[in-house]
Amino acid sequence: MSSAPVSRPLQRSAAKAAVGSVAASRIAREDPAAVRWLLTGLALLVVGVLVVVPVANVFWQAFRGGLGAYWRAIAGDPDTLAAIRLTLTVAPIAVAANTIFGLAAAWTIARFRFPGRAFLTSLIDLPFSVSPVVAGLSLVLLFGLQGYLGPWLRAHGWKIIFATPGIVIATAFVTFPFVARELIPTMEALGDEEEMAAVSLGASGWQTFRRVTLPNVKWGLLYGLILCNARAMGEFGAVYVVSGRITGQTDTIPLRVEKLFQEYKTPESFAVASLLTMLALVTLVLKVFFEERRRRELADAARMESAAEEGGRP
Amino acid sequence: MSVSIENLSKRFGGFAALNGVNLEIPGGELIALLGPSGSGKTTLLRIIAGLETADGGIVRYQDEDVTGRPVRERNVGFVFQHYALFRHMTVFENIAFGLRVRRRPAAEVDRRVGELLELIQLSSLGRRYPSQLSGGQRQRVALARALAAEPKLLLLDEPFGALDAKVRQELRSWLRRLHREIHVTSIFVTHDQEEAFEVADRVVVMNKGRIEQVGTPQEVFDHPATPFVMDFLGNVNVFHGRVEAGQAHVGGMSVDYPAHASDDARPATAYVRPHELDIVRASTDGTDGSNLAALVVRVHAIGPTVRVLLEDPQGEVLLVDLARERASELDLAPGETVWVAPRKVRVFLHDFQI
Repeated sequence: MSSAPVSRPLQRSAAKAAVGSVAASRIAREDPAAVRWLLTGLALLVVGVLVVVPVANVFWQAFRGGLGAYWRAIAGDPDTLAAIRLTLTVAPIAVAANTIFGLAAAWTIARFRFPGRAFLTSLIDLPFSVSPVVAGLSLVLLFGLQGYLGPWLRAHGWKIIFATPGIVIATAFVTFPFVARELIPTMEALGDEEEMAAVSLGASGWQTFRRVTLPNVKWGLLYGLILCNARAMGEFGAVYVVSGRITGQTDTIPLRVEKLFQEYKTPESFAVASLLTMLALVTLVLKVFFEERRRRELADAARMESAAEEGGRP
Repeated sequence: MSVSIENLSKRFGGFAALNGVNLEIPGGELIALLGPSGSGKTTLLRIIAGLETADGGIVRYQDEDVTGRPVRERNVGFVFQHYALFRHMTVFENIAFGLRVRRRPAAEVDRRVGELLELIQLSSLGRRYPSQLSGGQRQRVALARALAAEPKLLLLDEPFGALDAKVRQELRSWLRRLHREIHVTSIFVTHDQEEAFEVADRVVVMNKGRIEQVGTPQEVFDHPATPFVMDFLGNVNVFHGRVEAGQAHVGGMSVDYPAHASDDARPATAYVRPHELDIVRASTDGTDGSNLAALVVRVHAIGPTVRVLLEDPQGEVLLVDLARERASELDLAPGETVWVAPRKVRVFLHDFQI
């Protein structure tokens, strides 16, 4: 369902290996044809069984009863509509929060040298390595009624766990790395010379950010945003724990899919699931579109950097 | 606008980039900060601009203390070593940037940028992006951008460092002409003495975070104040020896040194430039110490001069530059022994830092 997040680690390692890829492809070309066909076939088989068949099946199951049934399964169920509404509320807030946090974190890491910088960098990756269920549980432990802050929050009339704020926090936590991770390499490669130039020309901090920094990283930022959004809308584990799964109130789309499935409403379940699948496909298209521009952006930055080194001091 | 620097110091970790620097720059001058890498010249420039903060000392513009003032409020034009042009903006927008952030009216921006494009002779390229320009063109755009908001001070960090020799030469004379036209106080950093001498009104020679000498190119070249300046400004022959009783005995030669008349011997080093040495066939008087026997090793022409490589009896290498006519008159051959006579010797006692 969330094909984008799954492909992320693979891509990152591919990018890292890019330097060695010339050598690697030369070796690959020297392999006998049989080996190449075998490997290609195996890859296609795995992709087919694990990706293509399930995705096709989602649509097959969703539309089996015809368009009318499909429409009724989604628009005719107020609880499903509530879930869609909730997801459309939670995801934009989480994405917006992570855009701000991500820009701030990337800026801090790319521009400053301070003790604990490496630690902060790996901390940003933490949500990738922590199970979402654990993340959700830790939030319950913090904000829940039995938790550390729960009683105080309750006394002041705040409801976090089993309510929208908790879902937003859980979603934001799980999707935190996407924006920051995309921006850090670009910002590091860019260096701070253009920003220095802007400031020396009289620009304020905000003018520098809006007119110089942001345009230079915009494709990387958009790339991070759509991945972040896809994951935010598809998040299940952490939200499952903190939402309390109150039908019509704290069910997001993924939770609704699961609930319908558990209630043996398979066609309805698949109809709602098809929404997430379509989101994944749209994300995929946008991702390909942004990725190319982002790569060019990063390559530009790297070229400027290497030019700076070549022409450097004697 | 004049700039005055008082007792400026800056450390990076354990490294003293600037060590109590004092400097007066009169308004309207074109000054070169010259020195090897690590001499602190770029740090000094960045502190004058406000891009870097000093650990101690004062920077004044005219009579105003600007030490703590942020760069954006200083109204200086800074040209970065690698131009730092805004890559997503056209040439026009790059130059307009300083005016746009000051919210100048659009008509004024158009007029001013048009003027500057004309000044840098790139009027037809306003719509290009920096990546579509050559190195020399980028450099000129960076300069126009720095000048757009009419700064009181123009600062250039190794402005021609990343360009090839021919473009460099053109841009140097262009900068010289430009300075004559707009007459804004300008400071540029370079490690190339030829560049400093050709472009600047006055040269500030720096070494290890200190100023070694300030003067016109002529002064600095003819009267180097320290062994470092002597050594840094091109090839030089070095003779070690001592000074006593008004005489310097260096490398088998003796020259007058009235500044040290006392009898106690002090170690000293003498410096002679290759063009200040002459070669003679027969020693006028082999024992008077005014010249030195040496073996010709190699003779080769460099442009209008002929460079002769010799070896003295101690095995030290000597460089002598002769005029073409003098060389053909002598008709030197490798392997023959000749006498080398200095026309001018500079002796430095060892209480100087070397």
